[in-house]
Amino acid sequence: MAATRTSARTAGAGKTASAPSGSNIVEFNREQELEAYRTMLLIRRFEEKSGQMYGMGLIGGFCHLYIGQEAVVVGMQMSAKEGDSVITGYRDHGHMLACGMDPKGVMAELTGRRGGLSKGKGGSMHMFSKDKKFYGGHGIVGAQVSLGTGLAFANQYRGNDNVSMTYFGDGAANQGQVYESFNMAQLWKLPVIYVIENNRYAMGTAVTRASAQADFSKRGLSFNIPGEQVDGMDVRAVKAAAENAIKWCREGNGPYILEMQTYRYRGHSMSDPAKYRTKEEVQRMRDEHDPIEQVRARILKANFATEDDLKQIDAGVRAIVAEAAEFATNDPEPDASELWTDILV
Amino acid sequence: MPTNILMPALSPTMEQGKLAKWLKKEGDVIKSGDVLAEIETDKATMEVEAVDEGVLAKILIPDGTDNVAVNTPIAVIAGEGEDASTATAAPAAPMNGAPAKIDDAGGEKPASVAKTASDAPIPASAVPASPEIPEGTAMVTMTVREALRDAMAEEMRRDGDVFVMGEEVAEYQGAYKVTQGLLQEFGPKRVVDTPITEHGFTGLGVGAAFAGLKPIVEFMTFNFSMQAIDQIVNSAAKTLYMSGGQMGCPIVFRGPNGAAARVGAQHSQDFAAWYSAIPGLKVVSPYSAADAKGLLKAAIRDPNPIIFLENEILYGQSFEVPVMDDFVVPIGKARIHRPGKDVTIVSWSIGMTYAIKAAAELEKDGIDAEIIDLRTIRPMDTETILRSVMKTGRCVTVEEGYPQSGVGAEIAARVMEGAFDYLDAPVLRVTGKDVPMPYAANLEKLALPNVGEVVAAVKAVLYR
Repeated sequence: MAATRTSARTAGAGKTASAPSGSNIVEFNREQELEAYRTMLLIRRFEEKSGQMYGMGLIGGFCHLYIGQEAVVVGMQMSAKEGDSVITGYRDHGHMLACGMDPKGVMAELTGRRGGLSKGKGGSMHMFSKDKKFYGGHGIVGAQVSLGTGLAFANQYRGNDNVSMTYFGDGAANQGQVYESFNMAQLWKLPVIYVIENNRYAMGTAVTRASAQADFSKRGLSFNIPGEQVDGMDVRAVKAAAENAIKWCREGNGPYILEMQTYRYRGHSMSDPAKYRTKEEVQRMRDEHDPIEQVRARILKANFATEDDLKQIDAGVRAIVAEAAEFATNDPEPDASELWTDILV
Repeated sequence: MPTNILMPALSPTMEQGKLAKWLKKEGDVIKSGDVLAEIETDKATMEVEAVDEGVLAKILIPDGTDNVAVNTPIAVIAGEGEDASTATAAPAAPMNGAPAKIDDAGGEKPASVAKTASDAPIPASAVPASPEIPEGTAMVTMTVREALRDAMAEEMRRDGDVFVMGEEVAEYQGAYKVTQGLLQEFGPKRVVDTPITEHGFTGLGVGAAFAGLKPIVEFMTFNFSMQAIDQIVNSAAKTLYMSGGQMGCPIVFRGPNGAAARVGAQHSQDFAAWYSAIPGLKVVSPYSAADAKGLLKAAIRDPNPIIFLENEILYGQSFEVPVMDDFVVPIGKARIHRPGKDVTIVSWSIGMTYAIKAAAELEKDGIDAEIIDLRTIRPMDTETILRSVMKTGRCVTVEEGYPQSGVGAEIAARVMEGAFDYLDAPVLRVTGKDVPMPYAANLEKLALPNVGEVVAAVKAVLYR
């Protein structure tokens, strides 16, 4: 019985086009530098405010801040086109802002209010926007990897050229379903970029204490999935790598792995004093590799903007964040009747 | 001494098969390992190899015979020096050591999927017409397996977003042949063989459903869904709620659930109670072929994640299915299988076979049992149960699952809460025993519910 081969899913197994070699950094023009600066700053200020509001008891439960990792999602999104989707784990606030989701809605979800993106029923780790192609926000470590592979499956099924950008951390990279997904993605040539945000610590466990293969770009080797390590603190490097990977996926070559070498400044969650690393290590990253400071320095050096211009951007961002915080503080809690809605369609 | 060749059991649940083709003829010399014949089971065509050596003296069952029971002598091998031409059937071997019959499973004989004209049709199970079937509708006899396949095929024709994926669903035609023919009609884009990777393909299916496709994910058996239960519970069931209603998950997880026959503890578990404990899921478990078809079609159209629990032993059983362009049975509605006034028996899926036989026995004692086929476990049609119990005053539940926190326990609680004043006796549960499923035929039989237990429970609630 010879089935008709109509799909790359069945025709492509085993074949691998020659993978592109490492991506070269391409200098940003003025607009790109300013866009990156503004978006990264928005995430930074938003997260700082979230931390503050958590301290005030306005945000409860789990709250995982993205501070330090901003260049990853911002650089990726700078290479994406409309239709490309994003899915990630629990450290998701930055991804939502980079996808263009309303900061007020995100913050109100953090405070569990009715104006939150999930009507206050999801919380920090569970927000979604079909409109912005943001598929969550998932609290089970690694679950989003299979789900993101499914988003790519849907793209291929529909015959569009959209790419699924599936983010996970160095910790999730040790979950079994990641490799089940790698296998299917390569077998069927699914358009998915696995963005491994290696921030060096899975909760409190350093990469070297948890990972036999700490070069995460090689985690797809046995499936013939190409991968590269990227300086995830340099938004230009991220964007260049993203462009490479997206092209690879759009052209039907299957999945691609980008290991983003990054760093989170704060603890794993709000209750983590981060005793597993030295203060000096954190300070060194902040001083020498801060993704926002890098852009800022380049902007000033290239005369793309003046200190005053940047102050104005900063003020604009602060105003957005203040407005979000204000909204999230004053918006009422969901009506009690919401307890019983949205369980089934 | 001539040796009989017996119809072999080629799968755990096989009770009969078709002798498709003899590859040796009378008079041929047979060596051990020679392929003698091809036998069609309800799942596959298998080759039968000779174990004994000699001359094929006589073929007792000719090519193309349907419904040859397991252990029926099909040919005789004569030893060296024996007169092949005069050999006759050796006396049938005693049935000791024969594959265990599931005595109480299948209240009716599987009907013929008759292909040869000489076969007398075996009547299909008479299931009272569902309220969903208009009076006077023509009926056709088909197996549960065929009904499920037709449901998928019809929905796939209707909606290009529907696809089926799972292990062996395409080229192999389904491990239990439920997806037979789908690959040929819909191609590999929509009938997707996956690697053995339940956690991964379940998550992939859920992701595709988030993106708006309508996957049918087949678990080869629901036992393997435990590998994937995180994606079912945490991703499929909860995301609609966690997204404030934005991100629905239109997906069907289906496959055989519960015990088959002699497949041991890891392959014989009933997940009805497990999945029915989860808000955000619907759990459907049909008994008849008509319900299997109508409910699977409803499940595929439903915008929610559905757990569709089938039963391997029921796959081969035949029932009448209405000939309708679009037969859909609503999820969440129980069906009165047999009206009665003395006691309410609530069951579903394979449990119905015990309930139906028990009701027939009870009738001989003048006890008129009402049988409710629950059909959907979640959302449970409590109203139909309560209405019946208010009439009969007595209730017995029948399920193959475990007693603790079982579906029967849930029904008992609801009856107590909703019809306490109408009860003339405590609700009794007939369940699988509180043990991992044993392999030995006798122990397995003891572990499962049986007709006698249902009869005894009914008599107990009637104080007889």
